[in-house]
Amino acid sequence: MIRFTHVTKEYPRTGTAVDDVTLHVGKGEFVFLTGPSGAGKTSLLKMVYLDERPTSGEVRVSGTSSLTATDRDIAKLRRKLGIVFQDFRLLDNRTAEQNVAFALEVTGVPRAIIDPKVARALTQVGLAGKGTAYPRELSGGEQQRVAIARALVNDPFVIIADEPTGNLDDRATRGIFQLLRDINAAGTAVVMATHNLELIRRQEFRTLEMARGAVVFDSADAAAL
Amino acid sequence: MRSLRDALITFRRTPLLSALSVTTIAFSLFAFGLFGLVALNIREALDRLEDRVEIRAFVADGTAPESIGQAAGDIAHYPEVLNATMVTQEQALARAQKELGDFRDVFEGAVLPASIDVRLKPGMRNPATVKRVAARVKAFPFVDDVRFGEEWIEKLYRLRNIAGIAGVVLGLTFAAVSCIIIGATIRMAVLSRAKEIAIMRLVGATDGYIRRPFIIEGLLQGVLGGLLALLLTYFARSLINRYVIETIFFDRRVALLGILFGVVIGFMGSVFSVGRHLRRV
Repeated sequence: MIRFTHVTKEYPRTGTAVDDVTLHVGKGEFVFLTGPSGAGKTSLLKMVYLDERPTSGEVRVSGTSSLTATDRDIAKLRRKLGIVFQDFRLLDNRTAEQNVAFALEVTGVPRAIIDPKVARALTQVGLAGKGTAYPRELSGGEQQRVAIARALVNDPFVIIADEPTGNLDDRATRGIFQLLRDINAAGTAVVMATHNLELIRRQEFRTLEMARGAVVFDSADAAAL
Repeated sequence: MRSLRDALITFRRTPLLSALSVTTIAFSLFAFGLFGLVALNIREALDRLEDRVEIRAFVADGTAPESIGQAAGDIAHYPEVLNATMVTQEQALARAQKELGDFRDVFEGAVLPASIDVRLKPGMRNPATVKRVAARVKAFPFVDDVRFGEEWIEKLYRLRNIAGIAGVVLGLTFAAVSCIIIGATIRMAVLSRAKEIAIMRLVGATDGYIRRPFIIEGLLQGVLGGLLALLLTYFARSLINRYVIETIFFDRRVALLGILFGVVIGFMGSVFSVGRHLRRV
């Protein structure tokens, strides 16, 4: 589903961000991506949704290869991914509903299909009653739920979450984490970057640890030993 | 539909820049239009004037009328010539008196030279041909002098060319400026919507989809600029008609072509800049 083969990413000014990473994430998996700031987590995730292409090696996501994908292929791929960030990235001048609907509108989904899908996604994240609220009227945790609803509304096969709880307090963090677990339980894979070790320690999920661009620990390998 | 709405939103968000784009497109086309009108009207005047272009060969006193008639017949066979008529001394006098009306007494007892009046075929009435024919006519031994509206015609031709060139040069300059200003408008629009565009990309909107509203915006500015230019030109022409001279206006096809040109400017300005700026978002 997601396969990295000897992937290296170098930036002209800051040097090597990802260093010869080979890994595979299977269908329906839940994977933590951890490591200190600057270890290459964000660069790695960006290559999953092909916002960046590797300098060398190949990234394959659901049949799309970083070596051959056109801009159009990348757009098509992203409709099957759900992407969530630390800073939510909601549009302030749109309500929760409109923010979620936005993801469908701009990919040409007919209006009649949009409304029920949006309602379902908002229900799924526990915001059924807050559809008409603007982001500024919502708490941080609720804003992140809107962002997750937007990620879910296209029925993605994987949610890619880059520090989704980085801006949230403990209670909200637990809520968001639980939500991602529920989503995973329903069959959607989740790749979540975090440096909240507290969160990881209590879980049985696969953990990838990065340092200086390389994957230095993979709990899947450790279990196999 | 959504693209159109988005394009209109940009108009509302940056009204000054949008208005500036429209205005510069309008000025570009207005420059084309004004000088185009001048050229058009000079051409029209030339056509009318050319109808009357005559080469008049004055014949030496005492030439036998048969010789003159013979020469007129020869000249009439030149490929450029429509007809050549002999005008006797008496006819010349009668014509002069008629043309002068109240002052006909001036010619009492005067003697005017006989002449051969040569009219060229339509399409041959340009300065070069007129000169060439005049030279041939002058070669007849009994022809004293040849007159034709040489300077007049050349001046008018030159004026028309200058008007045409000035219109094209000024128009193209303004068109280039319009493109730059449209580029700036698009840049502002792209930057003010950077977050939205980034999210569109994340959720899988295609580049074409993201570009579309900006290009529609450029097209709209082009249409508005074209209409405004047409209005300005028409207004300017009305003023000239009232206070200076009667002139003719572009026909509908040329007017439409002008608006179309505005659309092209708008399109090029937006296409060139939207690609460049989107890449930076």
